[in-house]
This record gives sequence, C-alpha cells and structure tokens, in this order.
Amino acid sequence: MLSIKNLKANIEDKEILKGLNLEINPGEVHAIMGPNGSGKSTLASVLAGREEYNVTEGEVIFNGENILEMAPEDRARKGIFLAFQYPIEIPGVSNANFMKTAVNEVRKSKGLAPLDSKEFLKLMREKMQLVQVDKTMTQRSVNEGFSGGEKKRNEIFQMAMLEPELGVLDETDSGLDIDALRIVADGVNALRDGKRSFIVITHYQRLLDYIVPDFVHVLYKGRIVKSGTKELALELEEKGYDWIKEEVEI
Amino acid sequence: MSEDLKIIDEVTGSDYKWGFVSNIEADTAPKGLNEDIIRFISAKKNEPQWMLDFRLKAFNQWKKMEEPSWAHVSYPEIDFQDIIYYSAPKPKKTLNSLDELDPEVKATFDKLGISLEEQKRLSGVAVDAVIDSVSVKTTFRDELAKLGIIFCSFSEAVREHPDLVKKYMGSVVPYTDNYYAALNSAVFSDGSFCYIPKGVRCPMELSTYFRINSAGTGQFERTLIIADEGAYASYLEGCTAPQRDENQLHAAVVEIYAHKDAQVKYSTVQNWYPGDKNGKGGVYNFVTKRGLCAGERAKISWTQVETGSAITWKYPSVILKGDHSVGEFYSVAVTNNMQQADTGTKMIHIGKNTSSTIVSKGISGGKSNNSYRGLVRIGKNALNARNFSQCDSLLLGDKCGAHTFPYIECSNPTAKVEHEATTSKVGEDQIFYCNQRGISTEDAVGLIVNGYCREVFNQLPMEFAVEAQKLLAVSLEGSVG
Repeated sequence: MLSIKNLKANIEDKEILKGLNLEINPGEVHAIMGPNGSGKSTLASVLAGREEYNVTEGEVIFNGENILEMAPEDRARKGIFLAFQYPIEIPGVSNANFMKTAVNEVRKSKGLAPLDSKEFLKLMREKMQLVQVDKTMTQRSVNEGFSGGEKKRNEIFQMAMLEPELGVLDETDSGLDIDALRIVADGVNALRDGKRSFIVITHYQRLLDYIVPDFVHVLYKGRIVKSGTKELALELEEKGYDWIKEEVEI
Repeated sequence: MSEDLKIIDEVTGSDYKWGFVSNIEADTAPKGLNEDIIRFISAKKNEPQWMLDFRLKAFNQWKKMEEPSWAHVSYPEIDFQDIIYYSAPKPKKTLNSLDELDPEVKATFDKLGISLEEQKRLSGVAVDAVIDSVSVKTTFRDELAKLGIIFCSFSEAVREHPDLVKKYMGSVVPYTDNYYAALNSAVFSDGSFCYIPKGVRCPMELSTYFRINSAGTGQFERTLIIADEGAYASYLEGCTAPQRDENQLHAAVVEIYAHKDAQVKYSTVQNWYPGDKNGKGGVYNFVTKRGLCAGERAKISWTQVETGSAITWKYPSVILKGDHSVGEFYSVAVTNNMQQADTGTKMIHIGKNTSSTIVSKGISGGKSNNSYRGLVRIGKNALNARNFSQCDSLLLGDKCGAHTFPYIECSNPTAKVEHEATTSKVGEDQIFYCNQRGISTEDAVGLIVNGYCREVFNQLPMEFAVEAQKLLAVSLEGSVG
C-alpha cells in the first residue's frame, strides 16, 4: 500500500533524507528507530506534506498514487494520518467540532453524505470507548491546556475517528509515563484490524513492548541501514546504536 | 454543530452576497443639507413643532462643529452637500398587515434571509425593518402591546408617545455630543423606538434590520430604548447595504436608558458593504451608541460583530451612574482588503461599586487596519469601581495592521482596573494541523478565527451567533495569502 523509493528531502538546504526506501503492506506495523537527527521526524513530516521540507528526488506511492504532489489535506483525505509529536492547540474550537469538520471533509472527498449531529455523536461515543477517552475531552478546546498524556491520547482518538489506512505515529511515546504509554498503546492496538498499517517512529524499545511491530528498521543519516523483526529492537535496546554506526561506516 | 458545517459549505467563493439593489420606487429629497431640507424631512413625516425645533437646534450646532480627525482612519473629505438626506420607499401608506408590504421590499428581506413572515412565525422575533430612511413595518406589535411594551418606528413614537420621546431623546446622546450625533439629530429620518414598562421582561428578541438601498443616500436612523425599573429587553440590530461604487454614509445614534434594576442587551451584526478589493466604494459607518445605567443595579451589554463598512467609527459606551450598575462590551471587529476600523468602547464609572467588562477581538486581513480605542474613566466618587479589559488582535498575513489605544483615567484610589492585551497570528502550525486532518486552509482559518471569537459569539442570541460565524467566514475569504 505504501512504497517509498529513493526518497531525498532537505530543509533549508540541509539534506536530511538521503535515499530512503520502504515497502509497507496492508495490516503491517513498521517501527522506525534511530539515533537523534537521523531523519525520523523528517520522514513523518514529508509523508504528511509539511511545506518546509523539499523533496528533491524519489517517490512515495500510496495505493497506486504518487502523493508527493498532493496538498496535505488531500493526503489526509486519502487516508494518511499523522499523530503529531507535539500536537497543536486551537483555542476556542472544541474537539468535537474540530473532529466533525474533519470527519465530514474526509467523507465529502469520498462522495459520502456528511454525518448529522446524531450520527456523529454516535460515532464519537463508539470511538471514545474504543480508545478510552472520556467525554470531557471532546468538549474541551483542541489540545488547549491538555497534559502531555492527554494530547497524545487525543491524537489516537482523532485517528480512531478518521479511520485512516495508514497511521504514522511520530514519537507518540515521548513524554509519557508508563501508565499513559499503556493507554495510548492499547488505543493503537484497538485500531489494528489486519488492514490498517502503521509506521511507529520511536526512540525507545519500550513502546514496542506494547505495540508489537512486524518489522523494525533502523534509520541512520537519512537512510534505512538495517531492517529486521521485533528482536532487532531488543538488540538495539541492549547494545545501543554504536555497533550499527560502525557497520555503516565500514 | 451542524450549523458550523453549513457555514463552511456556504463559503464558496462569494463576493459581497448582499450586494443586490432593489427597484423600490423611492420618494427622495434633493441632494444637500440646509434648513429647507430639514423642514422638508420634518414635513414629510408630519412632525410636531417641537421635533422640528430639536432638528434645527441640532443643525445650528452641527454647523459650528468640526469633523473629528483623531481616529486612526483616512478617507477623502466628505462633501455633506452631495448627500441625499431623505429617501423613503413609495408608496408610503400605512400598512395594516404584512400582506400590504411592497413585494419588492418583501423580496429584499427574503434575499437577506429575514423573511418577516418566517421570523414572525418561527423565531418569535419582532422585527422593525428600516429600508433607507423609513421604518417599513413592525411585526408583533399587538402581542407586545398586551404587555405594555411599545415597539414602533421612531416617527410613530414622535406622534403617539411624544411625552416619552421628549423626555428621553437626547438624554443619553445630546445633539451637542459630537459632529455625527449633531448631524443625525438634525436629519434623522426614522429608526426604532422601544419602551419596556416597569417590571416587564420582554418575552422575545426585538430586532431591527437596516438596509441602505438608494444610491448616494445617507442613512441616519435613530434608536431609543427605554427600560423602566426592573425591565429586561434583548435587542438585535442587523445591517446590510447593496454594492455600490460610491461611498454611502451611515451616521446613526442609539440611546439606551436603563432605570433601576433594568437590563438591556443590545447585539449588532454589521455587514455594510465594505468596498471592493481596491478600496472603492463601501459604507462609512460613523455611529454614536451609548447607554445610561441611570438607576441602581442597572445593566447594559453591548455585543457587536463588525465585518462590514469601508470605515467603521464606533464606540458603544456605557455611563455607569447608578450604584452597583454594570456595563459590558463584547466586540469582534473584522477588517479585510482595504477596510479601516476604529472601534472600541467607553465605560464611564460614576456610581459606587460599578463594574465593567470589555472583551475586544480584532481580526485583520489583507491590507486593512484595525484599531481598538477604549476609555475607562473612574470618577472621583466611584468607590470600588471595577473594570476588566481584554483586547486581543489577530493578524492574518503580514500587510495588515492592528492597533490598540487604551485610555484609562482613574480619579478614585479604591478602583481596580485591569487591562490585558495580546497580538497573535494564525499559526502555520495550526493550519497544517487542520490540513493533516483533511481540512482545507480556508476552512482551517475560519475554524481558528471562530474559535478565537468564541467568547464574544457566546454572548449573542443563537440565530445571530450562527449568522455572525457565516459572516466572518465570508469576510475572511482570501485573507491569507
């Protein structure tokens, strides 16, 4: 469903991604790990279509279409969801209102009629239960005054609402204590249905205890330098990244 | 919530939606201003001598005054002799029911989305519609009359309730007050009059719709609202104007008189034609609005959403004379393209334990200029007066301007005056976040701006809040580059 070929991207003339390749099939969970500055978050931003990043080479094919020419909202409507590392606050706009706008935009792009208030509330209730968020969260302004954990849970809740084909989690575990981490991971697991795919970007193996990946990739200096299964994550946890760096430098 | 979506759906590449012209035959005065014109207006309206005298006094005062120049706006000099001061739709016979209303007038209301019948039937809003200068029809009068509430056109009040008009007209905004108030006092052609008797809570929203239709016409309406002891009224005012190249002048006066324990809530959604992208045409909106909390515990609230006009010069104010009286001002002022707005409020604390709240949200886009100008004055006897002011400015793009001119004059050491101000830009991050959820940039701006204004919209009656959100979305089209 997603095929990234020789992707090169820079920001302010500094090349970050230097020929990245990745293939993801429906239902797979791919973890992307790597030391600071290796390009993990850049990958997430480029997939979502952040303007500051310039793609200089390569292609990203999502369900048969090259998405690199698409506006961010069109990518979202086609089913790419990014859970932000630092979710943004929108004062005065309730989460429910925000989600209703978003859900109906996505529906419109698929030629579906918008949900009326009753249908929307029903959907929201269902999804709140699925990812364990309480009612008050949907009535509060988007991320305003949310704790770190609440913000991340809200991202997962939004993902549940929008039902994307591909969820990209950008360091969703950063800043979470173990309980919050478990709740977030449970939410993600609840959304695994054998068809939906995930890219889980993380520093730490810890998250992968809860969201068990099918594949683990190591990103270093803008390229995937090593791929394996979940055991690779454990090895990285134990030995750090130095041995990989050495392998690459040789 | 479904309303929000409707609003977003409706924002589809429109210019000024209310820019249609109605072909209503008008009974119009020649251009220019002199004593004869004033006599003409007064005669047209079959006014008593005392009313004519008031007008002439105001006219003589006006001649001695100078046009104010302190506002942060610029415009070519207005030729006051090039304006038509009276234009009434013909025929002007007395109407007994809505069916007798000129079909063109009715069609105009339908286009405005305020079909009188609809309003009457569905929402229980009593509407007094003013086209150009004459009040066309006041609905719901009989029902209100049962409660002793008088809601009629100003000219009718002059004829039928002369004692009330004589007593209160000019008591809050005297004709000597300022240049435009003097002009209005001299030439005002109609407007609304409202009296709520002692202890009566008006059961419906009272509403006036203003619309400038004829070319080169000034609209000088005058509104007087009197709430007797313990009375309550909520009053809505909406404004639109057809699209024209020349500038139209609107100089209104609104006076609110609140007795002991009375409460008046006055809400405005102003959507006069703002001119085109290059600043051609549009309405000059020079308005004097003031309320007097005359008795103890009286309360007056102004809520305004200003999206239109080429130039807005407007400071709805409250004089807090009665002890424990309360004044409130909630405002959203939007400017786009070449629009200029200089708006704010004055809270004059005279009585003891008086309090006032000011929440002002300015939004500037395009090459527009948006200024907040506010005065909080605490008199020397105003023991324990309280004021809280919050002035926020939101900038869309980098060619617009936001300015804040807060004045505080405090003559009593027990007063507590707080002022908070912020300036922010709609963040790229916020827009991208919305984009990533499937929301287009235009809709994202609408959403973010509506969120920013929520405190003020919450003060508006429901139907008006929806209209305000729509207007905001339309006004901001293309404001972000």
